[in-house]
Amino acid sequence: MSEPLALTGAPNEPSATGIVRALPSPAAAPARRRAFTEALAAWALAGPAVFFLLALFFLPVIGVFVIALTDWQFGALTLSFVGLANFREVFADDGFRASLVNTIVYVLIVVPGTLVFGLLIALLIESGKSCRSFYRAIHFLPFMATLTAMAVAWEALLHPTIGLVNQTLAAIGLPTANWLRDENTALPVLAVIGIWQNLGYAMVLFLAGLKSIPQDLYDAADIDGADLWLDRFRTVTLPLLGPVSMFVVIVVALRAFESFDTVKVLTQGGPGHASEMLLYTLYRESFEYLRTGYGAAVATSFSPSS
Amino acid sequence: MSINMHPNRLLQPSAIVRHAVLLTTGALILVPFVWMVSLSIKPPGEIFRASFSFWPAQIYGVENYTKALTEAPLPRYMGNGLIVCALILGLQILVCAPCAYALAKLRFPGRDLLFAMVLIGLLLPHQVLSLPLFVLSYQLGILNTYAALIFPYVVSPFGIFLFRQFFKTIPDDVVHAARLDGLSEIAIVWKIMVPMALPALAAFSIFSIVGHWNDLFWPLIAVRDESLMPPPLGIMAFKSEESGNDYGPLMAASTLIVLPLVVAFLAAQKWFVEGMTGGAVK
Amino acid sequence: MASVSIDGIDKNYGATSVLRSVSLSIADGEFLTLLGPSGCGKSTLLRILAGLEVQDAGSLSIGERAVDNLRPKRRDVAMVFQSYALYPHMTVASNMGLPLRMRRLSTFQRLPLLGRLLPGTARIAAEIDAEVTRTAKSLGIGHLLARKPGQLSGGQRQRVAVGRAMVRHPAVFLMDEPLSNLDAKLRVQMRAEIKELHQRLGATFVYVTHDQAEAMTLSDRVAVMLDGELLQVAPPQEIYADPDDRRVAEFIGSPKINMLDGVVRERGLIDVAGSTLAIGADALAGAHLTLGIRPEAFHLAERGGPGALTGFVRMIEHMGSDLFVHLDLAGGDHPLIARLLAERAPDIAPGQTLHVGVRPDRVLLFDRNGRRLRQEVESGRASVTPIREVAR
Repeated sequence: MSEPLALTGAPNEPSATGIVRALPSPAAAPARRRAFTEALAAWALAGPAVFFLLALFFLPVIGVFVIALTDWQFGALTLSFVGLANFREVFADDGFRASLVNTIVYVLIVVPGTLVFGLLIALLIESGKSCRSFYRAIHFLPFMATLTAMAVAWEALLHPTIGLVNQTLAAIGLPTANWLRDENTALPVLAVIGIWQNLGYAMVLFLAGLKSIPQDLYDAADIDGADLWLDRFRTVTLPLLGPVSMFVVIVVALRAFESFDTVKVLTQGGPGHASEMLLYTLYRESFEYLRTGYGAAVATSFSPSS
Repeated sequence: MSINMHPNRLLQPSAIVRHAVLLTTGALILVPFVWMVSLSIKPPGEIFRASFSFWPAQIYGVENYTKALTEAPLPRYMGNGLIVCALILGLQILVCAPCAYALAKLRFPGRDLLFAMVLIGLLLPHQVLSLPLFVLSYQLGILNTYAALIFPYVVSPFGIFLFRQFFKTIPDDVVHAARLDGLSEIAIVWKIMVPMALPALAAFSIFSIVGHWNDLFWPLIAVRDESLMPPPLGIMAFKSEESGNDYGPLMAASTLIVLPLVVAFLAAQKWFVEGMTGGAVK
Repeated sequence: MASVSIDGIDKNYGATSVLRSVSLSIADGEFLTLLGPSGCGKSTLLRILAGLEVQDAGSLSIGERAVDNLRPKRRDVAMVFQSYALYPHMTVASNMGLPLRMRRLSTFQRLPLLGRLLPGTARIAAEIDAEVTRTAKSLGIGHLLARKPGQLSGGQRQRVAVGRAMVRHPAVFLMDEPLSNLDAKLRVQMRAEIKELHQRLGATFVYVTHDQAEAMTLSDRVAVMLDGELLQVAPPQEIYADPDDRRVAEFIGSPKINMLDGVVRERGLIDVAGSTLAIGADALAGAHLTLGIRPEAFHLAERGGPGALTGFVRMIEHMGSDLFVHLDLAGGDHPLIARLLAERAPDIAPGQTLHVGVRPDRVLLFDRNGRRLRQEVESGRASVTPIREVAR
């Protein structure tokens, strides 16, 4: 009991305070040395990662901003700062504006589509016990299959004359289209492929979310009278999937913003600018047309939007 | 009545609906795969004679696949993919695991700043950095080499993050015990932490391999030489050479490129799902 | 208010039989506890009663009404779950009001936004709010109505769960280990509150627990379950003092009852652990029996020999007023625990030899199948009667 009193350093006990003052120096020196060696070890362990993070992430970020402010062209020996001229050019460009609008439209189709189909399929899989992993595997397959190769397969599927899609439509008497060369269909078709690719991802996350809902809550809902499917869904399932849904929306939106492979393989942004999207614009301006400053400006405008 | 809690009476119809719907959506999901494989074993004549049949009248698989393997350097592409993925993964683990250990278990000034850097790196769309990275690889004189394909990915913010999260779940006492046993900090990383984090390691490996095997964007920028191309870039090169006239071999090549991951996925579904969803699925 | 009758309930999960022809009737207003170790089927029985699971055979009625084909909603039961099962996204008021909303409002009236415009919704909603508030106040959680479960302490959550059950005045309350997620101190307090609640509401309570203290303090009757069977249904003191089955005797009581093997020497005498006790067993000479002796049935004896057991003190646990003395009995390696009053046993030390006497009427006899054998001893006979006198 006397020790804590002494440590508080009661003013009427000068000797106790004296002890308290005397204590830190011998005790703290090893502690400080220990902290120093620990910090040294930590920075040594993290060193390579820090170096590469700076060299491969943070310097390039600065680089992009700097390049965006210059008229530099790749390979040129001279450059001069042109201020925001590149940005003015970018935003005055119909092509870029089309690309921006297309990307937003694409995201606005792909995100809800992925969310709804992913949730429906997850609910269906979870509603029974049999064949769960079989159905999960099938629906998840597109998410990990090489998209470039699958885009080639989609092209064959959407071929105007020999593609399965048009053959099927013609057989049941529906109008056919040249899906990838028609400016009205090119972007929606890419969005369908986007949903096709991502819904398995959403499904898997929703399955995990569903599994984490305690059975007790459904039991309580049964007893409380929320025993019809819709009531259970509204009382328990949907609210408890809230956080997962948020996560799915964010990740799928990011992925949709970064869509590139299908554009590059299937439409090259065409016809006209009908299916051009930001990442493709960035690629083409920077690396095909070598409009380096312009490309950097596109890149800087791309990051805040995603 | 819908699906409710009296399974005895309602299991049958609802189960039938469930299977019917899931089989239909599953079939629709698989159409591109099936069509790809179907075309890859059809002769040219049959491909261009529009027909519904998935199964060819004349099996032409051997010819198509031989053509895919010989006319395009497909084995080369896949070998490139393998080399690039393996090197990227190895370097990532080498760089990320010690950093993750420091973030998870050590106290040092600047830790929060470092972790903030990792999180920013995690959120940054990597393609945005392609221009400066391109310039950098030009300056280093490594454009059009394996090094160009690999270097932007040497550090993976996601890898650091995932390992940190996993290391944090390992009790501090394990680290203390290892120190008392005389292990150095770096030995603790490789002898204690990483072996204990095998699930995270597996998940991250799958995430990394799938991502880089499938990546088209950066290889398109970094290499021109056909002998260096990884599979997605190779299939694009093959496609433009064939200019869409020879579907059979093109589909055969696509099938071969998709195949390794699909087979691996079907063999280790659980790990793939965990890796590809970034450990968000427990 | 309703009685509950459970008749011949069987339940199997695949090949494992969880409940085997369980029958039980519970009187109107009774507090009945299903007591047993985990996995004994007590929770399954409760869930079958609630309608959350369906029995494979047997029938149930609540208040003279067969409920086998009724959904939980229609059975007029409320349940308090071990995890409380509160809806984490709803406030306390919404949690408690949900059972009422589900019953009193139509599907359309429950629609978000739109439902409020329908005639009658506002009035019913106001009624529900009033009832919820009244119930919450009676439980002392009136000030928490706007909070969400995540912002509540364990005890508060427990009250909300009870409130959600109370608010619609069910005929039967089902409680599945409702206190086991609370810390020890709070558990005792909530135990008293539940007892009070039962007295106040006068409803039928069916309470599942593995904690014998809860079962003993709360119940009108305790039903001891083991491996899917009901072993005994009786008032708490009877379960303790007069168990029908060896397994009941062993499950109830702490420290555990001492079980000693004995052999009937002749009528009225049983050889046990190197000594002889004067106990009238309804068994033939030479029969093997098990003697169940609760630790507190022992007292210090001055000498060994007939009527007392002699052992070697291995360890002593001081419990304040009592001592738990661990003995190794002389005749073989029988461990034994005696609970002695501390003031009467001042100088016991490990290593010494100790004689303990036992009142014959406190000895429970079991046959080799664990069935209880009733003694033929007239009660009240002096316990320390030297064995020779009896023998004579």
